[in-house]
Amino acid sequence: MLFPDLVKLTTSSFLSYRMRSFLTGLGIAIGITAVILLTSIGEGLHQFVLAEFSQFGTNIITIQPGKTQTNGGNAGVFGSVRPLSLEDADALRHLPYVENVNPSLMGNAEVRVNGKTRRTTVLGEGRDFAKAFTMKVQSGSFWTDEDNEQARAQVVLGAKVNQELFAGQNPLGSYLRVGGQRYRVIGVMESKGQILGFDMDDVVIIPAARAMELLNRSGLIEMQVSYRASADVNTVIRSITERLKERHGSEDFTIISQEQALEVLGSVLDVITFAVGALGGISLLVGGVGILTIMTMAVTERTAEIGLLRALGAREGQVLTLFLGEAMLLSALGGLAGLALGVGIAQGAHLLFPALPVHTPWLFAVIAELSAVTIGLAAGVMPARRAARLDPVEALRTE
Amino acid sequence: MIELNRVSRSFTVGDQQVGALRDIDLSIAAGDYVSIMGPSGSGKSTLLNLIGLLDRPSSGTYKLDGGDVTALSDEQQARVRSEKIGFVFQSFHLVPRLTAAMNIELPLILAGISPAERKARVEKLLENYGLTDRADHRPDQLSGGQRQRVAIARATIMHPAVLLADEPTGNLDQTTGKEVMNLLEQLVEQNVTLILVTHDPVIGGRAHRQIHMVDGQITGENKSSAEL
Repeated sequence: MLFPDLVKLTTSSFLSYRMRSFLTGLGIAIGITAVILLTSIGEGLHQFVLAEFSQFGTNIITIQPGKTQTNGGNAGVFGSVRPLSLEDADALRHLPYVENVNPSLMGNAEVRVNGKTRRTTVLGEGRDFAKAFTMKVQSGSFWTDEDNEQARAQVVLGAKVNQELFAGQNPLGSYLRVGGQRYRVIGVMESKGQILGFDMDDVVIIPAARAMELLNRSGLIEMQVSYRASADVNTVIRSITERLKERHGSEDFTIISQEQALEVLGSVLDVITFAVGALGGISLLVGGVGILTIMTMAVTERTAEIGLLRALGAREGQVLTLFLGEAMLLSALGGLAGLALGVGIAQGAHLLFPALPVHTPWLFAVIAELSAVTIGLAAGVMPARRAARLDPVEALRTE
Repeated sequence: MIELNRVSRSFTVGDQQVGALRDIDLSIAAGDYVSIMGPSGSGKSTLLNLIGLLDRPSSGTYKLDGGDVTALSDEQQARVRSEKIGFVFQSFHLVPRLTAAMNIELPLILAGISPAERKARVEKLLENYGLTDRADHRPDQLSGGQRQRVAIARATIMHPAVLLADEPTGNLDQTTGKEVMNLLEQLVEQNVTLILVTHDPVIGGRAHRQIHMVDGQITGENKSSAEL
């Protein structure tokens, strides 16, 4: 039997029971729709979360003081933690591949200007803060010198603080008080919005050295090191570790690379996508049971026809192929309808609720269609084998 | 052509063995026109099914064209059916969702013959049987006589050596029955071996050889010289 004839014969039986074929295909279609819809949302969420985390660039390494580990007995002298200092930051600047080192701390202080007072977050940062985090300065600039002993009293405002305190006037060059000290405004950041609940616009940024003094802290909260994108992250981490161990005498700090963090996060999100996809897969299985039912009925109804085909010289294998082909046709068409429906609903939902991230990778569509066909095939095997093994004489006698 | 040697076929009904055919010896030459007659339950259909390789004997041997076909595998038997044997049934057995032309084409499709050749052969047969204007009709749009003509066309499209007809006129009125018989007898003139099962003595009497069966055994044979 030639392939086009197989298609023609299976299509003819598909078409002669239109309503029944439609309903059976619908079972598979709903299953595929559920799979595509759920995985689309899962994948959309995946991309959304990763984008949130990687908007500062992915080639960033964060160093925090203290090492998360359990020691036997009393930690004693070896357990002591030296704070990360500005000098530590300077020491890392000349390591290979390192592009920017940003010492960082954070606190809260009262900002006063023009008779207005606002309590806001104070970020103590280095001069390369904007560069390291790929953030933009809207007007003015960051300070250019970095004198640890005598950092100048200069401040860069977040967009919201600027709006609240200066209300449209040009703030550059004017003075404001941060925690009682006078600072000259030299720049305003471009609005960045909220990042995981933290308002990046409701901040003032001052040199880290001054922030330590202002907030009365002996060390940095963390340092961020950005490195050349072409460099191997592990090489950079190794040289940072060596350099800091030299200075501190022991490894009393923790290094987290954005890349590794994103990898872990990505794999967690993959599991979520897979899990919701599997939930949709349950309805796909139900669709498969529908095909099994219909094909079993078809074999019973068309017993005489099967007998005839055998009398006309059809081999068992050909009868098997015909019925398997029908089951696969049902599931393949149902699957395609489900794909269209799933993608349609996902995109429609995205239009209605733009906040809902959706994304359907081609690979998912292909896998979904393949699993539909596979389920059709699996569901068709039992009835098709029964058809192939019918005794032709008995089958012909059935009316 | 066909040689049956001490062929028996028994069925198990409940816990009893029922002999549907008992020690049948029969040989039929190429181009013969044979009718098998007998009351229902005499085993004539079972005999026809055995000759058509739809069924296997419980014992005995069956030679077709000199070769023993009892020992062939299912697949090989299917091939023999496809190439050498044509069936015509009482209830026509047309596939209801396919057109007349597609029904006739079916054996060619199963045998994997190219579409171009199929088309030519189907068109020729449709013309021979006066069905050209019915080609695109489905079986339920055809009269009984037309249906049986489609069935005969289908049975002959592979140019089989043997044509097996099981009560071919059973579902037809007398006039159309006679037409169908004429068609079948024309095939005999083209040297096709026709074996006909019937319980109608008038129909069966037209055959050159008439075999009578009772209780799974051949009880007698008449040769009519009318046609010879």
